[in-house]
Amino acid sequence: MKKLIENQFLIKLFRKIRGAKKPKKPKMPLTVEQKIARRNLLSFGTFFVLGGVAFGGWKWLLNSPAEQAGVTARAHKPLRRALNQTELFFKRIFSDNHLVRTYPKSRAARRVRENSHIGMRDPSFKPEDWRLSVTGSDGNPLKITIEEIKTLPKTEIVYDFKCVEGWDQIQHWAGVRFSDFIQHFQLEEQAGKSYVGFETPDGKYYVGLDRESAFHPQTILAYEMNDQAVTDGHGAPLRLIVPVKYGIKNLKRIGSITFSDTRPRDYWAEQGYDYYSGL
Amino acid sequence: MRWTHWVNFPILAIMIWSGMLIYWANDVYTVTIFGHTFVRFFPNWFYKALHIPSRLAEGMAFHFLFMWFFALNGLFYVLYTIFSGEWRLLLPNRHSFKEAWLVLLHDLHIRKTTPPQKKYNAAQRIAYSAIIIMGFGSLVTGLAIYKPVQLYWLTWLCGGYSFARIIHFILTIGYVLFFIIHIVQVILAGWNNFRSVISGFEVEEISEPKENTIP
Repeated sequence: MKKLIENQFLIKLFRKIRGAKKPKKPKMPLTVEQKIARRNLLSFGTFFVLGGVAFGGWKWLLNSPAEQAGVTARAHKPLRRALNQTELFFKRIFSDNHLVRTYPKSRAARRVRENSHIGMRDPSFKPEDWRLSVTGSDGNPLKITIEEIKTLPKTEIVYDFKCVEGWDQIQHWAGVRFSDFIQHFQLEEQAGKSYVGFETPDGKYYVGLDRESAFHPQTILAYEMNDQAVTDGHGAPLRLIVPVKYGIKNLKRIGSITFSDTRPRDYWAEQGYDYYSGL
Repeated sequence: MRWTHWVNFPILAIMIWSGMLIYWANDVYTVTIFGHTFVRFFPNWFYKALHIPSRLAEGMAFHFLFMWFFALNGLFYVLYTIFSGEWRLLLPNRHSFKEAWLVLLHDLHIRKTTPPQKKYNAAQRIAYSAIIIMGFGSLVTGLAIYKPVQLYWLTWLCGGYSFARIIHFILTIGYVLFFIIHIVQVILAGWNNFRSVISGFEVEEISEPKENTIP
């Protein structure tokens, strides 16, 4: 003889939902064998149908077309939507009070990792001619020298730099806090817009930051590394250090800063990476 | 239990796969004892066989979508287990650790006596509870490396950013090992047991004809 051993919790729950009515008795009581056969068919049928649906859904997602190329590109269309939605969720916990952990200077790496030179390969670039371009409050372009930037209050940070690839390194940077820079050059009005865009002088590397991340108290325009002037490979004379983002947003050799209410173009977001890339 | 189990299976597979796409970009982990590297995660032939290289962006996009399903499914399972009272059958009790040893000896055919078995035996209680804790661990360490600034306290709890990444990786290796043992055990346990995980009932042969109706 055979006996069914069933999940009593689910059966009770099911009855409760149905309004505590006793289940209707079938006219002819089924034999245990019939019940077994019936329920096997039902559950295996469900299993394979749902399994098939899941597999089909997965195939669809895996073969889904890339998004239309714009500010972001090269990600699967549904995945890009998911990244943008996830950004909205995690933006809610963003706070200026959430600071990246800082370390004593002695912990900072001596040999600082250089991962990329995109945007810094222009042979005609002359450091002595470098100026930072920003549109001033009167609409006229500002051309700011590195000496002028160095007169502003200096902010130092020793923190764990995190690359999207997965490595991290404790590094020591110093420069002017982005918010101090904006204040000094009276750019508050333009900077009230939602996004800040940074580009290298040759325009080959470019990133966009949401306003909140740019104005985070630990975001600096750095001109010193390990108490020395930033080296060429690390983005001399001025580079972005934004600890609330992955390394890909930490643009080297800033040529210009712009403000906009739409997302500025972003090098890695065009390669399929998350636009936000916030930590 | 069945539903979350089968929902979890493809999600976890996708999380491990997309995790490998991410890990490839900085594959620094090895098992090195006294200067000799025994295992390097992972050899190149392995990556090539699975088409892993140079898909970091894609891996992250998949990982950060399916993390939601992984977390929700896990949450759902835990809530179900609490409210159904099934946690009583799942969590190890004070006998479990001793009994689990007997289960091990039995499974390895060292001892003949069958250890006590309810829904789960002692070894299963420990293994299945551990896998839930591991899942929670993956979620926590994952968040710690995903938002190390906004969730700085979580990263601190996990022993820092690099350490959290190591734990996250080890837990994943743990799933693969669990999976291998699990599959072997399922095959050994036989058809009736496997069917129950799909259909939710087991069939028991009994001798007395009186008990052939279902209460």
